[in-house]
Amino acid sequence: MKKVRVRFSKKGKIRFISHRDIARIWERSLRKAQIQLAYSEGFSPRPKISFGLALPTGNESEAEYLDLELVNDIQENSDALADLKEKINKALPKGIEVQNVAEKELGADSLQQVVIQCTWQFDLSDYTINQAKKWAEEILGSLEIIVERERKGKVVVEDLRKQVISIEVIGETDAGVRIQADLGTQPRTLRPSELLAASNPPIKARNVCRMNQWMLQGEERIEPLTITDTPAPSAHMAEVIRRELNHVRPNGQASESGLNQQRIIRSTTKT
Amino acid sequence: MSSIWPQLEGLLDDVQKPARYIGCEDGAITPKYHADKVSWLLTYPDTYEVGLPNQGLQILYEIINERPDSVAERAYAPWTDMASVLRTNKLPFFSVDTHRPAKEFDVLGFNLSAELVYTNLLECLDLADVPIHTEKRAAEDPLVIVGGHCTYNPEPIADFIDAAVLGDGEEVVSDITEVVSRWKNSGRASRESILRELATIPGVYVPYAYTPVYEKEDLICMSPRFPETPEVVEKRTVSDLADWPYPKNQLVPLTEVVHDRLNVEVFRGCTRGCRFCQAGMITRPVRERPAEQVRTMISEGVRRTGYDEVSLTSLSTADFSGIEEVVKSTLDDSDCGQLSVSLPSLRVDAFTVGIAAELQRARRTGLTFAPEAGSWRMRQVINKLISEDDLYSAVESAYSQGWRRMKLYFLTGLPTETDEDTKAIIDMAKKCVEVGRTHQKSPSVTVSVGGFVPKPFTPFQWFGQNTEQELHRKIRLLRDEAKSSRGVQFKWHDTRASVAEGIISRGDRRIGAVIEEVWRKGGVFQEWSEHFNLQLWVDAMEKYGLSLDQYVYRHRTEQETLPWDHLSAGLHKDFLWQEWRDALEAVGLEDCRWTPCYDCGACTGYGIEHVVASAQPPAGGSQGTGQPIFPTESIPVSFSGIKI
Repeated sequence: MKKVRVRFSKKGKIRFISHRDIARIWERSLRKAQIQLAYSEGFSPRPKISFGLALPTGNESEAEYLDLELVNDIQENSDALADLKEKINKALPKGIEVQNVAEKELGADSLQQVVIQCTWQFDLSDYTINQAKKWAEEILGSLEIIVERERKGKVVVEDLRKQVISIEVIGETDAGVRIQADLGTQPRTLRPSELLAASNPPIKARNVCRMNQWMLQGEERIEPLTITDTPAPSAHMAEVIRRELNHVRPNGQASESGLNQQRIIRSTTKT
Repeated sequence: MSSIWPQLEGLLDDVQKPARYIGCEDGAITPKYHADKVSWLLTYPDTYEVGLPNQGLQILYEIINERPDSVAERAYAPWTDMASVLRTNKLPFFSVDTHRPAKEFDVLGFNLSAELVYTNLLECLDLADVPIHTEKRAAEDPLVIVGGHCTYNPEPIADFIDAAVLGDGEEVVSDITEVVSRWKNSGRASRESILRELATIPGVYVPYAYTPVYEKEDLICMSPRFPETPEVVEKRTVSDLADWPYPKNQLVPLTEVVHDRLNVEVFRGCTRGCRFCQAGMITRPVRERPAEQVRTMISEGVRRTGYDEVSLTSLSTADFSGIEEVVKSTLDDSDCGQLSVSLPSLRVDAFTVGIAAELQRARRTGLTFAPEAGSWRMRQVINKLISEDDLYSAVESAYSQGWRRMKLYFLTGLPTETDEDTKAIIDMAKKCVEVGRTHQKSPSVTVSVGGFVPKPFTPFQWFGQNTEQELHRKIRLLRDEAKSSRGVQFKWHDTRASVAEGIISRGDRRIGAVIEEVWRKGGVFQEWSEHFNLQLWVDAMEKYGLSLDQYVYRHRTEQETLPWDHLSAGLHKDFLWQEWRDALEAVGLEDCRWTPCYDCGACTGYGIEHVVASAQPPAGGSQGTGQPIFPTESIPVSFSGIKI
């Protein structure tokens, strides 16, 4: 086995480090851990590390991924993988922690291609449970949420609604009302902050955390790599919170709560 | 001992690059506080990305934290968006290590490496809620102490600082800590008592302890106010770098910064004697680190940090006498993996290119040389004695070994410079491209030109800086010449910034009001083109009745008192004056490390010597001049580790 998939979390102060910087930290940490990585050929050889979807700066995550290609075969037994995990964790800065390392098939599609949606949690501060529910209903009840973005000097019109798979109000926290949302990533990742900025009035979220990333295996959505030995965080969270709403529905269907279908149009800033 | 992190955390989503404010670097220290300990906040008053790699700050950070009686944290100037977030939310300027308010520290130490950051110093003090004027500070306010190359002329900021340190900081930082510790632990007597005591530490200049004496508009002298205050403050010099293998744990930032690699200082000082170069003059004599220690610092540093690039830093690394030994053993050390080594300041000769080729086996980037002037006459004036032969053989060697891009640094607005000298810059670039064509299909040469600003403690300290109009004219001349030259790219520094730098560089105490006025009008981050505004400086000069001609553009006379005459970098003023006269005659002076002593004062005055890593002078001759080198007994040299 030469290709391995790594699942890691990003929490605490380090969440303010950008995706690009995190990539550099990984390269440096793997060198420091003396992991023998395969290098690309050519004029300026780079270690073979493929990163998954970018995580917005300032957001935490329970489920980040990257794939590594090693020089040497690694025996398919838990000891060698556990050893690899420990070595990498020792070299990583505080706040980034490898949760699992597992074999990956050679030639399997890249993380950025296979992941279709992510589960997010965030808190709406200054909102009551009822206001949060109303907000969720409004989004789910709308036919489309059109935003205009400026991208490389051109105005791009996008419908965010297609990317909203589900929104649940899952309970109250110190920072407000906790929301769990499944948002699509293809062709472009919808970030919680973008969805909130497109609300009327725009809202700011606190404690944004990516809980899961999902890919399809047949009809079923599965995680690119689970955390073995520990329960998946979304399942864990479900026990603590009161389930208030469950609005999973296919695109554009009318809302059960009878809200009028509406078209929400917002302009957001440059991306 | 409070931390503002809980209040700050929620605000970081509202600023650009929040990574600047979180700390968490590999190598960062969480200090163990105690009420008796002296606490330092070491601040680099520019952005985090520029300030973090600063070696001087990191060295002091470690030394202070190693002492049982002191602790140190770090801070960097908050960018303008963060400054307004702090003001809106009534939060103070803070440390990045544990996010403590700056005002809670005993000493605020500022590293001043460039004049244009002075307004940021005021911004940091104001955000910290510390009075910007030393006379307004009470006994419980922090002491404001500055160090770094700019503090060789601290007069423009005399109103704002409590003390300035001249020279190497490794030893004096402990002397200051001990004095502050005694004062603090005996109940913090008056502000004046601590200032007077600080003024007696060698290398520490306390502006409060000196009164400027003027006759009409002219400065006559700086008169000591107290019997114990020395008339002249001498710089501090660490005699052997081998005693100071710092930083031991170089900080590895989480976000990208400038010079983002392992940095190992191979020597301090420079004896080439370039007459425009303040760094070369004030850091004499040359003190090389033993080659063995350099090797250890590289291999341990690479292992600890995970960096795959190491930079051997100094003012002229190819002049390090242990260079071949270090390079060879570093590249052979398999533990270091795919390590690339960079030399930030290359000497211009074929030998150097050979080393560079060896070093950049893995990744070959551009090559950078600094001939500084286009004509041989001009290079004799500035004493950068690079012959045409050496230059073109270096260029030949570079192109033949596979480089396609080359960068050349020049100054314009130098003493005695004619338009022919200026244009020679582009002629030189064109010839380099020509040489390149014999080896490469499309060689390119980037010419980068800066306007010359005379600095204190150099032979050019008497020179009247070119006016902004004149510098601008020369830049236009160069731009026009470069336009018609294939393969030559032309870049230049903003000539307006040179004016502001010139005001401060050789200013006296009266310039303090100007700096304050510029800051009050919002002129922070003047090093940054998006914030720099010359009009603010011009208006402030006018408001206080000070003229650019008096401070910047006129030639100064031998008789007049310079604002830094009561400070000393060891250099005899008559040596500098002789050098200035020789410059005007275009007479060069050879490197003193391998030839007999010219008695500039830097060694003899302090009873110290050059310290070298190898008994063999570097191959290729000194300065790339090919000048014969015959070490004799009369040369004041000792070998590092073993004094002879």
